[in-house]
Amino acid sequence: MGNAFYLQNVLGGLAHGSLLFLIAAGFTLIFGLMRIINLAQTAFYLLGAYVGLSLGLHGVNFWVAGMAGGVVATVVGLAIYGIFLHRYHASPLTALLLSLGFALIIDDGSLAIWGGDPQSIAPPHMFAESIHLGSLVFPEYWLALIVVSTVIAAGLLVFQQRTKFGAIIRAAVDDEEMARGLGIDVNRAFYFVFALGAFLAGLGGYLGGPITSAYPGLDGELLPLAFAIVIIGGMGSLEGAFIASMLIGLVNTFGRALFPELSYFTIFLPVALIMAIRPQGLFGRKLQ
Amino acid sequence: MSRPWRNAIVIGILLVLAIAVPRLGLPAFYVSLLTQTWIYGILAMSLDLLVGFTGLVSFMQAAFFGIGAYVVAIGATRYHFVDFWPTLLAAILIAGLVAAAFGALALRSEDEGFIIITLALNEIIWGLAYQWVSMSGGDNGITGFLRVNVGPFHTTDNSGFYYLSLAALIVCLTLLVLMVRSPFGLVLVGARERPRRMAALGYNVWLFRYLALIIAGMFAAVAGVLFAYYNEFVGPGSLSLDTTVQVLIMVILGGTGTLIGPLLGAGILVFLSNALSDITQRWVLILGAVYVVTVMYAPDGIVGLVNRLMAKARSRRELSLAAGAAVGGAFHSGEGPK
Repeated sequence: MGNAFYLQNVLGGLAHGSLLFLIAAGFTLIFGLMRIINLAQTAFYLLGAYVGLSLGLHGVNFWVAGMAGGVVATVVGLAIYGIFLHRYHASPLTALLLSLGFALIIDDGSLAIWGGDPQSIAPPHMFAESIHLGSLVFPEYWLALIVVSTVIAAGLLVFQQRTKFGAIIRAAVDDEEMARGLGIDVNRAFYFVFALGAFLAGLGGYLGGPITSAYPGLDGELLPLAFAIVIIGGMGSLEGAFIASMLIGLVNTFGRALFPELSYFTIFLPVALIMAIRPQGLFGRKLQ
Repeated sequence: MSRPWRNAIVIGILLVLAIAVPRLGLPAFYVSLLTQTWIYGILAMSLDLLVGFTGLVSFMQAAFFGIGAYVVAIGATRYHFVDFWPTLLAAILIAGLVAAAFGALALRSEDEGFIIITLALNEIIWGLAYQWVSMSGGDNGITGFLRVNVGPFHTTDNSGFYYLSLAALIVCLTLLVLMVRSPFGLVLVGARERPRRMAALGYNVWLFRYLALIIAGMFAAVAGVLFAYYNEFVGPGSLSLDTTVQVLIMVILGGTGTLIGPLLGAGILVFLSNALSDITQRWVLILGAVYVVTVMYAPDGIVGLVNRLMAKARSRRELSLAAGAAVGGAFHSGEGPK
């Protein structure tokens, strides 16, 4: 196990973390603002993957197909939020239980449309090669995904911290009633954030597709990882979600390579320890 | 007829029916579905102790179910640990110990935090079952162990296993009913409704919740033991998120905080999944839709719905009786709508 082994796993881990971030960002933003744990978040990922896959098979450009996956996830997400979830603002538990039902519906609906066989997703042509550096070999696409995800993370942070709409969202997170009292249209922020979360997950589904591929049950496998990320990063924290995504990506990849029999254990044991020491996560504020 | 009497008669009839089922000449298929109902019923009731009575929406109940099942399988195939009672006891103890450890971690958070953490903890156990191939058999699970006879129950026979599960269900249901009606259960409900007031009254709310988590884990393990013997197979699916979700749906569909509701929910899911999977492959989709409608329109589940309808009918009858009396008693007053 030379340097090449470690470097390759570091890159693979960061690439894995990049796709996890696209799920976790929406998850943590939606929770931070609305206190809804959206269990359909990884179902949006799967939906985006399948939609992109169908378009990709018809020769649509990779990135366009990814965006389309994001858009379809957004439309479905907005329908779920607008028709159902937003009524249950006062009881986050009901919203959570409902989102679970929609996760089942999306998962089984995808199975009906796209079948049960795992389907691999090819990376875009321009990044289809592998890079050889001495004994180190890795797909170019890993780098591309890491860059894209980092740019999105930076964009989200700038948006949240530096724009007026971002300030509105932060105000609504801190004190929803006060924000309403100041005449801020908090509902618009709710719809926007839910749509954004669904879009990122849907986009992530196709962009992450070359790594995870797409198959029924993928959403159920990714959900606990998203949970681990928000536990480590802290519920509602975007920076925390980014760092924790990369951390989980790395631990997961190294765990699989070094302890193939215990890799889940290597993820969730640290999570359990963090819970014991800092229930609010490494970067989170204490849940009221 | 007074209510306790009526309840006793209803319970008696149901019991006689349940005991008679294997002798009614029904296809063996139905007996096996009912057996599954009793097993899942125990699991669903154990979750109801948490969701309904304690107010803790735990997403790790499948872990204890799975622990029970894997204790049977691993014990029998790797350690020649095949007797029923020691196995059951070991399963309950191990599940209780894991619940004690997990409960201590999970109860550091409340509400949404609790849900997230319990889901993550469940994944630890699932991950072990799925990946620790040399111990758990991984995705292929474990076969190669057989049902064992328990006392008077010849479990190799399907009707014998039916009676074993029914007996276990009755014991668990009785224990749980006694528990929720005991001072212990009342404190749980009190702490669910008014945690601060209960704390001010001197109750250690944390400790009561913690004990509820451990007890619920032990009951789930009993269900898991039966499940392993019933199938003579154990796989990681038994403690996956899917199981958690299904059991949660059983509890909510039947009615939280009623014990009997989750049992009903278990029956509905077991029978519906079998009936629907004959007709359509989209049964999960239908289940999801039924579940969404339940959460939205009947949040107290079927039992809650029935109670509400009965209360409405009763108040209407009383109203019409009162109205009849008020009209002046010229007419005999027994003529309310039925």
